[in-house]
Amino acid sequence: MIEIIDLEKSFDGQKVLNGIDLTILDNELMAIIGKSGGGKSVLLKHLTGLIKPDKGSVLVDGVDIVRLSGRELDGIREKFGVVFQGGALFDSLTVYENVAFPLKEKVKIDRKELHERVLRALEDVELLGMGKKYPAEISGGMKRRVALARALITEPSIVFFDEPTTGLDPIILNSIHRLIVDTHKKYGFTGVIISHDIPEIFDVADRIAMLHNGVIVETGTPDEIKNSFNPIVRQFIIGMEVPSFKP
Amino acid sequence: MRILGAWTLSAVRRLGNIFTFLANAVYSIFSPPFKFGLLLRQIRFFGNKSMVIILLTGSFTGMVLALQLFYTLRKFGSDALLGPAIALSLIRELGPVLSALMVTGRAGSALTAEIGIMRISEQIDALTAMALNPVRYLIVPNIVAAVIVFPLLAAIFDLIGIYGGYAVAVKLLGMSEGTYFSQIETFVEMKDIRIGLYKSLSFGVIVSWICCYKGFNTRYGAEGVSKATTEAVVLSSILILIWDYFIGSVLL
Ligand SMILES: Nc1ncnc2c1ncn2[C@@H]1O[C@H](COP(=O)(O)OP(=O)(O)OP(=O)(O)O)[C@@H](O)[C@H]1O
Ligand SMILES: [Mg+2]
Repeated sequence: MIEIIDLEKSFDGQKVLNGIDLTILDNELMAIIGKSGGGKSVLLKHLTGLIKPDKGSVLVDGVDIVRLSGRELDGIREKFGVVFQGGALFDSLTVYENVAFPLKEKVKIDRKELHERVLRALEDVELLGMGKKYPAEISGGMKRRVALARALITEPSIVFFDEPTTGLDPIILNSIHRLIVDTHKKYGFTGVIISHDIPEIFDVADRIAMLHNGVIVETGTPDEIKNSFNPIVRQFIIGMEVPSFKP
Repeated sequence: MRILGAWTLSAVRRLGNIFTFLANAVYSIFSPPFKFGLLLRQIRFFGNKSMVIILLTGSFTGMVLALQLFYTLRKFGSDALLGPAIALSLIRELGPVLSALMVTGRAGSALTAEIGIMRISEQIDALTAMALNPVRYLIVPNIVAAVIVFPLLAAIFDLIGIYGGYAVAVKLLGMSEGTYFSQIETFVEMKDIRIGLYKSLSFGVIVSWICCYKGFNTRYGAEGVSKATTEAVVLSSILILIWDYFIGSVLL
């Protein structure tokens, strides 16, 4: 379980997070929506301990990671898998090496088992033949899938996805969403997904939280969010669903 | 007054950050595990990037030295000492300094850009989030590689420079072949070679440290990388020259 309590963060006097309260339950897929530049990535980086808040706490299974650093923080991070916004694949490594990397560096494992697990992970994301390619040689959609495979290969109990589908065409978008749902069913993990994809994310997430002006303005199941009376939520969802067209 | 105070404070803080960065890297060098594969890769990186430019600048530096020193030495009637004059200038001073400046421009800038891109594309965050220490993977191999490679490149620079000087002195200015090399053997001492070695070792630390630091602390946005690269090259070059004077005056 992840509990975010009264989290605040400013950059150069600009308040990005202004008292975030949110609880993410074990094994649920929680989506965080909100407008671009609203601080979603910043919030996610607080959950992985990459940014320290000005105030507040982040409890991961009861441990406040805000107050941890070094070895102790790394100990908590062993539970994590992270899919970064752009994929953040290592340029100098091939697709295969990227996926193998966390396993090879973190876990004592013999070569044969490593190889098998990497192949299985590549197969899960339908990239079996692409192992020898470098990140610069593959498309944006493939990069996201490699990032997904890399994040999941250590079988983390908590996975963070920062816009795993933004900017992709509807077919690839749906295939990545299906991949997330399938692997979630198969391996089971607590997932936090930042997303712009409305309405598609409603079919993926168990619950949805909306971030606006640095606070969580509404949390609920997809149906609750769809039927919300909160004007901010309504406007965001409608605005995303029907692109306004001005001649 | 307040502005001055704030500026001083931020300058002190930045200086503190630069030194903490180095201390952190040095600590990581001596705490296992050590990434040998990455070290070899970075040695190749420095070597490949800089070899051609070192050969080119080394030979021309030796040739220019021959012309200039021949002119000067003949005025004192001691043109037989042209060989050692060239060799000593190269070994004690110009070899380490010029080769370090060349490597900075060629490999140092590329290094800053590479690490800077890893920063803005969140690859460094990805390492951290995997509970892996990015200093161990990105910084340590470069510092160790530079400490190994800089003296080698300086030695190559010296050698090719001495041969460049030889070409001009013997083939162009008509000096006798035997005098050139035998006088070098007589006058160049172990001490001179040691000074050159100390210099290029420390230049290796300076360049890799500054270039890694600038790349590691790149600000977001594409112009962040180009700014970091420029700053890294300028700062490294200035520090090379300052440190050269300092170490020269201490070890003379
Ligand atoms: N390291 C940083 N230093 C300074 N400002 C930052 C930093 N990271 C983020 N910001 C600022 O915080 C704000 C929120 O950024 P963030 O990346 O979290 O937005 P986002 O909700 O993820 O947007 P998007 O949907 O476009 O990814 C932005 O104004 C950004 O400029
Ligand atoms: Mg973002």
